[in-house]
Amino acid sequence: MIIRPYGDTTGDGMVQLSFTLPIPHDKRAEGAALQLANRMGMDPAMLVHAKQMGDGYTFFVVYGKVTHLVDTDQVQVVERDFPLLSAKEVNAAVKRGLRRRLSVVGACIGTDAHTVGIDAILNLKGIAGEKGLESYPELAVTNMGAQVSVPDLVETARERKADAVLVSQVVTQRDAHLHNTRAMSAAFREALPAGKRPLLIVGGPRFDELMAADLGVDRIFSRGTTPREVASYLVHALVGGSK
Amino acid sequence: MAGKLDLDAAVVARARELAARAGQPVVDLARSHTTVSVERAVLRLAGVRGADPDGIPWVNRLVDAVRADVGLEHGVAVPVFHALAGSGVEDVTVLAQKAAAGSVRFSLPSGKAATTARRLAKRATAAGLRTVDRRRAERDRMIKRYGDPRQRPWIYLIVATGDIHEDIPQAQAAARAGADVIAVIRSTGQSLLDYVPEGATREGFAGTYATQENFRLMRAALDETSKEVGRYVRLTNYASGLCMPEIATLAGLERLDMMLNDSMYGILFRDINPIRTFVDQRFSRQIHARAGIVINTGEDNYLTTADAVDAAHTVTVSQLLNEFFAHEAGLADWQLGLGHAFEINPDLPDSFRLELAHALLARELFPEAPLKWMPPTKHMTGDVFRGNLLDGFFNLAGALTGQGILLVGMMTEAVVTPWLSDRDIALQNVRYVLNGAGNLHEDFTPGPFIRGRADQVLSEAIGLLERIVDDGLLNAIADGTFGIMKRPADRGKGLDGVVATGADYYNPVSEEL
Repeated sequence: MIIRPYGDTTGDGMVQLSFTLPIPHDKRAEGAALQLANRMGMDPAMLVHAKQMGDGYTFFVVYGKVTHLVDTDQVQVVERDFPLLSAKEVNAAVKRGLRRRLSVVGACIGTDAHTVGIDAILNLKGIAGEKGLESYPELAVTNMGAQVSVPDLVETARERKADAVLVSQVVTQRDAHLHNTRAMSAAFREALPAGKRPLLIVGGPRFDELMAADLGVDRIFSRGTTPREVASYLVHALVGGSK
Repeated sequence: MAGKLDLDAAVVARARELAARAGQPVVDLARSHTTVSVERAVLRLAGVRGADPDGIPWVNRLVDAVRADVGLEHGVAVPVFHALAGSGVEDVTVLAQKAAAGSVRFSLPSGKAATTARRLAKRATAAGLRTVDRRRAERDRMIKRYGDPRQRPWIYLIVATGDIHEDIPQAQAAARAGADVIAVIRSTGQSLLDYVPEGATREGFAGTYATQENFRLMRAALDETSKEVGRYVRLTNYASGLCMPEIATLAGLERLDMMLNDSMYGILFRDINPIRTFVDQRFSRQIHARAGIVINTGEDNYLTTADAVDAAHTVTVSQLLNEFFAHEAGLADWQLGLGHAFEINPDLPDSFRLELAHALLARELFPEAPLKWMPPTKHMTGDVFRGNLLDGFFNLAGALTGQGILLVGMMTEAVVTPWLSDRDIALQNVRYVLNGAGNLHEDFTPGPFIRGRADQVLSEAIGLLERIVDDGLLNAIADGTFGIMKRPADRGKGLDGVVATGADYYNPVSEEL
């Protein structure tokens, strides 16, 4: 289906846009704002508001008709292969499916001292307005912090009967994140038989999400992952897809 | 504007008495322990500066060396100044360097040598405290010269670029645009570092590291801007996490004006050991009291985890505990920026009336405190238009209930770190409300709904305080009474930095405070 934006009449193509240009407000600035709008495909564009901020910036609001058409049949989306659950749904699913708390052990391994990632996912504080896994009553979370050795991680995972192990790697110098991850997954393979091994998850801003098999882990999460996504994945992988 | 809720004075007195009973055992605990960070703060006041080539501050190296030789139960002051007297070194930083290299050993003197070491330690830390006093006098002078903001609430804005040299022009621009208080958000993760980074820093995660040099640079820049705009622009940072006492000390030395400093935030939200937190917090509040710094407490955080209606009384309980701990540490009412927030689900019927009830309750329970009023975050969805409206109602509630410090809400909360235009629109929102309705509180008399709700929250708070008194505050924290986190006293980060003090413990700074 071919569509255009809708203002108040089908097919009118009207959109609104706001932005700041790094110049003081004058006639030339308004012309520059319209030029930008035109180049973004708005024609005609109406400058409805301009306001200088401080010495050298101007804020604009522009309304206008976009010339572009959109074909909904050509839209490509990358589908997440598991449903995104709310915190409530995650807790309910674990309660129903496991009948016990799901044990998660997290750590930064190797020399990596950047706990930013693991804390964002695990700490109550969380990230982007989402609370971390600690806030889920049905998840028993152990956050081992930074610079954890692989043997310590394996030992703690065993002791806590971890269902899942989360490892965060931020430092990527000389591919440290890849080496560390391979060492970690190998250690778990060696220490525990297949049925007893926890789900292995790594995360970090520079991982390629397609490398899971190569690194010997079950899942890779990349930049922008939120606690809820991780929790939903845990339910998907450990409790089963049933909601 | 006190008295609109007709709170029963006997009930209010009962709430305070319960808070004191709940808090006292924790104060006793704090008085009988020290921590690595308290001892490092003492050394900072005594003049230890700088860091080793790996960026580990000399105060850390020195405390570690003393601890290895004689333990910390006596305090670092005596062994350090005894070693200084015996080594022929003049400067404590040089002593720290020698100690790190292993060329100085520490021991505990007795008799006359101990008296001498105490006297030397006292003289050195007194010089540090004199600097703190001078900074305070300097602030008083500048406020006299440039003046306070013309309106209440004061307008509080955040900058958070990660780079101090980017933060400075942004902070100055925000002050010119109307901000009365600038807060520099710290880098994610700094709260869990057991040392304070050194120097001017240009990279942080979602915030800028709190360092002495960053404090100095920002304060100097805002002094310039204060002169330019004709009002004293205040600077805020965070005395929280594992280095609370040291950061409080650095704030005192560099004339910061407000510090985030909550009694339980680190325990609940950062899993820092409860005893570590209470010991560190008491010392840091003593420093804040001396430095004339206004603390901001973090009750808003409870409402981001729990439901803002169901958990309203936990905010009141925490405010009462924060007040008790603050008074005990020597802070005056004008220094208590007790926190609370506008976090009720806006889809709830009468949500705004409930907000007014909660905000008025805080106002009337703490009539002399400059309450810190925090904007909506939990129900900001990315719909920036609705967010701007919500922020407008937040501003209105702030004006209507006489809040002291208003943290400006951003319509792009939960979307991006604020853009220049977001801040401009947010300030325009605040100005419109304060201009148009700043004195509306004169015409506003709450009816039975708001009064009833305030009574209900207060009585729930008393119920919870009674349970805490019975149970013990540390047990209550261990059982997950606040937020939903269970934090036992023998767990959490930074526990190995806590030491029970011996009979001969000596801390020249605590003695002075």
